[in-house]
Amino acid sequence: MTGNDFDDELKDALIPDAGPHAGPATHSSDMSVITSDKIAGVDPQAARAALADVPWEPGAKKPDPILVADHVVRRFGGLTAVDADHVEIQRGVITALIGPNGAGKTTFFNLLTNFDTPDEGTRVFDGHNIDKVPAHKIANYGMVRTFQLTKALSKMTVIENMKLGATGQKGESLWRSVLPFMWKNQEREIEARADALLDRFKLSHMRDEFAGTMSGGQRKLLEMARALMVEPSMVMLDEPMAGVNPALTQSLLGHVTGLRDAGMTVLFVEHDMDMVQEISDWVIVMAEGRIIAEGPPASIGQNQAVVDAYLGTHHHSALDLEAEL
Amino acid sequence: MDWGSIIESLFRGLIGESFIVFALAAIGLNLHFGYTGLLNFGQAVFMAAGAYGLAMMVATIGPAANRNFGWDLSESTLFWLGIFVGVVVFPVVFALIMGIPTLRLRADYLAIVTIAVAEIFRIVVRSPTPSIKKWTNSSDGLTGFSGTFYDMSPFSTQDRYLFNLFTGNQMFLVIVGWGVLAIGATICWLLIRSPWGRVLKAIREDEDAARSLGKNAYSYKMQALILGGVFGAVGGMIRAIGFSVAQPDNFITDVTFFVWVALILGGAGKVLAPIVGASLVYGLLNFSDTFLREGVAAEVIPESIMTGTQVGQVRFMLMGLGLALLAAFRPQGIFGNKEEMALDDR
Amino acid sequence: MISVLLRSLGEPSNGRATHISHQRPGRRPTWLTTLLGFVAAFVAILAVNGTAMAQNGEETVGGTMRAKDAAGEKIFVEGVEFSVVDVDGNEVGTATTDAEGVWLVELPGPGVYSVLLDTETLQGFELRNPDKNPLTGVEVQPSTNKNTLFPLGERVVGESNSIRAVQLFVDGIKLGMIIAMCAIGLSLIYGTTGLTNFAHGEMVTFGAMTAFVFHVTWQIDFLGTWMTSLAFGAVMAVLFAGIAGGLFNRFVWKPLRNRGASLISALVVSIGLSIFFRYVFLYQFGGRAGFYRDYRIGQQVEFFGLFTMLRKDIFIVVFSALVLVGIGAALSRTRVGKAMRAVSDNRDLAESSGIDVEQVIRYVWIVGSALAGLGGVLFGLTENINWEMGFRLLLLMFAGVTLGGLGTAYGALLGSIIAGVFIQMSTLIIPGDMKNVGALMALIIILLVRPQGLLGRAERIG
Repeated sequence: MTGNDFDDELKDALIPDAGPHAGPATHSSDMSVITSDKIAGVDPQAARAALADVPWEPGAKKPDPILVADHVVRRFGGLTAVDADHVEIQRGVITALIGPNGAGKTTFFNLLTNFDTPDEGTRVFDGHNIDKVPAHKIANYGMVRTFQLTKALSKMTVIENMKLGATGQKGESLWRSVLPFMWKNQEREIEARADALLDRFKLSHMRDEFAGTMSGGQRKLLEMARALMVEPSMVMLDEPMAGVNPALTQSLLGHVTGLRDAGMTVLFVEHDMDMVQEISDWVIVMAEGRIIAEGPPASIGQNQAVVDAYLGTHHHSALDLEAEL
Repeated sequence: MDWGSIIESLFRGLIGESFIVFALAAIGLNLHFGYTGLLNFGQAVFMAAGAYGLAMMVATIGPAANRNFGWDLSESTLFWLGIFVGVVVFPVVFALIMGIPTLRLRADYLAIVTIAVAEIFRIVVRSPTPSIKKWTNSSDGLTGFSGTFYDMSPFSTQDRYLFNLFTGNQMFLVIVGWGVLAIGATICWLLIRSPWGRVLKAIREDEDAARSLGKNAYSYKMQALILGGVFGAVGGMIRAIGFSVAQPDNFITDVTFFVWVALILGGAGKVLAPIVGASLVYGLLNFSDTFLREGVAAEVIPESIMTGTQVGQVRFMLMGLGLALLAAFRPQGIFGNKEEMALDDR
Repeated sequence: MISVLLRSLGEPSNGRATHISHQRPGRRPTWLTTLLGFVAAFVAILAVNGTAMAQNGEETVGGTMRAKDAAGEKIFVEGVEFSVVDVDGNEVGTATTDAEGVWLVELPGPGVYSVLLDTETLQGFELRNPDKNPLTGVEVQPSTNKNTLFPLGERVVGESNSIRAVQLFVDGIKLGMIIAMCAIGLSLIYGTTGLTNFAHGEMVTFGAMTAFVFHVTWQIDFLGTWMTSLAFGAVMAVLFAGIAGGLFNRFVWKPLRNRGASLISALVVSIGLSIFFRYVFLYQFGGRAGFYRDYRIGQQVEFFGLFTMLRKDIFIVVFSALVLVGIGAALSRTRVGKAMRAVSDNRDLAESSGIDVEQVIRYVWIVGSALAGLGGVLFGLTENINWEMGFRLLLLMFAGVTLGGLGTAYGALLGSIIAGVFIQMSTLIIPGDMKNVGALMALIIILLVRPQGLLGRAERIG
């Protein structure tokens, strides 16, 4: 079966109503029907199963990519921080982006979300070329990101943080904002949705507290919950485990897999190899700005390029590497 | 010492024209800094925009248009046109000049550019170059634009009102000013409680977070800059009508700093802060000013310490020192609590 | 900047980006001391009054003859003759303006006089109101000095544009070097602490005024006349400005850093201090412009028939060039200089490689302030000394520093010189009194097209 055939077949099977190029209109109508946190037409099981035929090599073509980056280069002065030839992210699975310190993971991540502009290259998200699209518009396409240093808005209450996440708010226009009757109904719906999410993330008891009073782990949860207010099709997590109390780790992991099971695509940057092994369906390894390996998590430990990359920077023995991976 | 005049001056400060002018300007600055985190150090320019928009329409641009295009716009038509130009056109232009280059950059660039624009404005308006002077009348400023306003006054110009605090014209100005202030504060209150205000606060807290959630931070910052500028312009216009003159010296950079002190004293990021702050600042300023002047006049304060002209300078010194100390020790203002203060959050 | 670069590469870079330093609780006494220090300083300033002008119970009439030269620079016209006549037509006195343009005639008593200006002595200038010469009905009150005004138009001297351009270019280099000297401190303080110090202009004024006090006001000479020279005044200015900078760092900025104060509140503090000191200067020195006694005018030297320079200006250019080259060498060669640039580049990296960051910041404050003081003396030498000279120069410093790249030492140098040249050359097109407008507009345009400045590295912020 060729890649293309597979692609079409998968689409036929999974996205009954969407044409080959689901535009923003179809997409947003999809979004509006999600009431039970399930992305219509994405079957995570099938999406994962489809990865089985993907070769374990850098730049491997995926059966149903949601995000494609081509020849993305970012230089700082004379230093080339990222030079990624070709990357595809499979829809409906959890992909981990790993690599030794200074490999350019976060830079690449920023480039994919348009929080940084590449010097060269193209990026396509869900059928949209996003090269010239400002970062804030990406969220409207259905891609939302979190940050390594958690950006809970600390002088706002938790519920305000949540309500901020909703897109398409009528009251966010200057003219309508002074006329509360124009947006009160929508605000009530948003608040109900926010409360439901807070419940799911077990943050309801903090609802009216300032976000600044939360613990590091709670902030991570809040940031993730807030991201879901956007009703995204793809969630990008920048080191979701950094600074999280071990007691909260399992719950966070559960939420991440929960996102996938609800039909969302997840891409995350992580140092914590346990987490990578435990929840990711596919792993992309970067070193010195390049993609050096791809494959399912179990394949990565044996990959010679990866071993070299980690050894080259860490000066550890191969055994250490095994322990770390 | 004449305690009567000291008390009178205290009350004029607490509720009079200066209070209204600076409360309006501080409401604008609160939108800029308190809610959006924009470091605008050129609020005086927005105030001047209001003053000069009105004054130039009535005194120079309007008559020139009448002459050159054979129009026949009456003074009162020009007055209302002038209000539009001063409150909307000029502030929007200034906000765009300040905002377009800087709102994508780190916060302090806006601070530098706002001061630069204030200086540019000051130099240009004061310029004796004939081609400019014919529009702005250099440092003497423009007069003869407030007639239409005072013609509407129901108060007698001969009598004094409100316990002799105000003349008829002043009373009219103060009442209109209170009305405008009430409307302004209400609008601000509505804005801040709306989802729009929520986005502003989010941008103040963390611009990247707001952008990651699909908010166009640049556009919101620009909206806030313009709107806050409009509030400043309304204040400046009332100031010019009160003095019956639009003069560059009434809108120097130090005026901006008075607005800052009022805002920080009241507590940035709270709706009533600018009003409370402006009232306190002007109450205290007028009190200390009259007190010192009376003291100098009655020779309670010897001339070797302070002369009459130096009283004004001491007032600026206190203002600067107050601003520095407030920012260092009570950035949340005198009433605020530390959790929600805006100033110390970065 | 590297810190930003590293942040985007994914290394947690804390510290400077968000807070000047980490919070150290329980430091109340320090800031209380600071507060008390401020109050004490304030009271002391009010008690030591410098202005109180002596009134000698006599009546005088006088004035200052001021005009603008081709570059729009304010100059004073020397050698203009006046005669004062009483109501009966008797001449009661004559006077000639000095190098400061000042003339003064002592009167026999209060009354009404008329003043006649000898137009033959106007040195090429023209009176703006020729019909107001003689000026009649000048009423002089008892024990006062009556100021009269004879406004002058532009000097009627033709000059070809290209020669003027060369002249303006040279003037611009001079101005640019002075801006550069003042701006290096501003840029380094920004680079090492993240603070945009709006009170830096007041350090410039402080330097100029310190030299003025030693050179003109006090004229102490118990160790010989060299003590009254401007050179000694300038040394004192550098010394005092350096000490003041060190004290500010120790008692204002360091406590603020230790308390974890945000950069924004630190910036507002610097603005508050800027206003405070500006009005302290006004209070102490009054609104009048001052001049260094020995250097009001000087001999003009002509170069290749293209431009002329005053002797003092030649000195300023050569001296500034030496100082700036010295600073450049010190920054690239000496241990402290290298440390300064390292901390400026990336504070965290510098700290982790064993540099004592607090010590470097201390040096930056001292050296930067001393340079600002020296720049103030030179600026006072070319123009005049007044209470807001530093604040006006501050905006030009911002223009220069932004042009060169905020936080880079060499950028501040290059940008300032370009700004100086730009300011002077712009008078070829715009009226002289608006020359600073050109530089400030340029600042705005630079931010539009290349916000990182000429030597700054590209970084996207927000």
